[in-house]
Amino acid sequence: MIICVASGKGGTGKTTIATNLAAALEEPVHFLDCDVEEPNAHLFLRPEMSDRLDFAVEVPQIDLNKCTLCGKCQEICQFNAVAILPETALTFPELCHSCGGCFLVCPEDAVVSTRRVVGQVETGRRGMITFAHGRLRVGEAMAPPLIRRLKQEVSPHGLTIIDAPPGTSCPVVTALWGADFVLLVTEPTPFGLNDLELAVGAARELKLPCALVINRADLGDRRVQEYAARENLPVLLEIPFDREAAAAYAQGKLLVEALPRWRQWMTALHDSMIEALRGRPTGHG
Amino acid sequence: MPDIREVVVLSGKGGTGKTSLVGALAALAPEKVLCDADVDAADLHLLLRPTVRERHDFYAGHKAAIDPERCIQCGDCLDLCRFGAISESLEINPLRCEGCGVCWYLCPARAVDFPDNLCGEWYISETRFGPLVHARLGIAEENSGKLVSLVRREARQLAEAQGLPWIITDGPPGIGCPVIASLGNASAVLVVTEPSVAGRHDLERVAALAEHFGLPVSVLVNKADLHWESAHAIAEFCAERSYVFLGFLPFDADFTRAQVEGKTIMEYNNKKLQAILCEVWEKFQSATQGLRLQAHLSKQPPTGGG
Repeated sequence: MIICVASGKGGTGKTTIATNLAAALEEPVHFLDCDVEEPNAHLFLRPEMSDRLDFAVEVPQIDLNKCTLCGKCQEICQFNAVAILPETALTFPELCHSCGGCFLVCPEDAVVSTRRVVGQVETGRRGMITFAHGRLRVGEAMAPPLIRRLKQEVSPHGLTIIDAPPGTSCPVVTALWGADFVLLVTEPTPFGLNDLELAVGAARELKLPCALVINRADLGDRRVQEYAARENLPVLLEIPFDREAAAAYAQGKLLVEALPRWRQWMTALHDSMIEALRGRPTGHG
Repeated sequence: MPDIREVVVLSGKGGTGKTSLVGALAALAPEKVLCDADVDAADLHLLLRPTVRERHDFYAGHKAAIDPERCIQCGDCLDLCRFGAISESLEINPLRCEGCGVCWYLCPARAVDFPDNLCGEWYISETRFGPLVHARLGIAEENSGKLVSLVRREARQLAEAQGLPWIITDGPPGIGCPVIASLGNASAVLVVTEPSVAGRHDLERVAALAEHFGLPVSVLVNKADLHWESAHAIAEFCAERSYVFLGFLPFDADFTRAQVEGKTIMEYNNKKLQAILCEVWEKFQSATQGLRLQAHLSKQPPTGGG
């Protein structure tokens, strides 16, 4: 089973919920931090890393000895990653989406495949948690290929917890793809509600069941709760704002270790997700 | 023509208070255009309550679709697609389609259509603090970088046309495509962070990105009293890196209360926060004056992106 923890709005507590949920469970868990632009889960889970691999994408290079400047590669490329000039050909690897089109259309075999490192994948372990995250290299634009690579670490058996990036565009869709359940962490503020509606929209586009955790539930207003009731979105947990928890979080502590009530909350959250999944799908209300 | 200064407010980590700060700057800065470049999950309009003057469709890239009438079921597209967007029954899932055109270009039966893709909308609006350029990316859409470039270009044109010296841009979280698109031709980056291991980690990455593109970095620590030790450590880090340190803001539920009322914090009754924010703006203004020229001479990121 794959549970994806997402939010729309950043800073609502995705990583806090995902890491503490994983740490509270007394069963083997695969944990994937798919926020490759700003991965944070390792700061809390502190896994012992055992492997670090460069991740590269395939990009073209043009062999000017063979190239006749026919322009077919430029014609197929939708991303302006190849430019054919009157006397030479240029590639812009940072714009390339690695679709392979230029290799296929070149009649002269002049487009040569090269690798471009865009980030790293690190894997490790903490107790029963098998951990993996990706780190996009600073200056790289495209997160989805690295997220797709990371998702190969999904466990074929047992539970996988995915910490998704914020937002609702391509990196989030890539992280959500193939999940069985989406847990949306939100806060009861106008910003929280606005971004929650977008995130629910994304989960529904993907036809995934979803449920909510409302963090800092005592700050703000009641409109998130009203929206959840209207849309038949189960609220599995409401967490009040707590300076003690904020201070523990600030130092990178796991709240299930620092504050006993968090362990109870996370165990109950896990059980209610299992129950929600056994019942009818909840995201389509 | 005045020399236009654009400040892009970033954070790396989400939820540190970017949009609340941009709301405050909207009230503090004289003569500016406001720009919401967090097109993926735009929130600034909830504080500024704009009146939309112009509404435009945003088309970018293409999406492939197979016409079953013309399809000869050869399956070439299925073999060629690297994004897993084509099913065994030869249908294209638009959520997985990258818009690369390989299936369209190479289909032997010319059975693939490749129409322009409507990805969202963008707006020019009026607010009580001046003009606002903002956008809404369609749910689960791509091309956020191009939309960011577009709203920023429009904001700059407005500033030039109306002779306004400042552009205040609310940036996206992260360090990827939309963030890179928010930096081309910018004058300075203001990072709002929080005193936590995660806030600090993400600050370091986003500041490195700004430096990579030769932009001066200023840093504000929000919610500083949630962990003073980490807050002071961030101030020291800024001194080491020669980032401009703008100060500390306390955690204060009045930010949320103001947000619930659709107000910026400068319109809410909290003199203490207002005094700090006035100082932050003054400090930012004087610190970036000297850095402006340097930024214009440095390396700039490419515009556009996927």
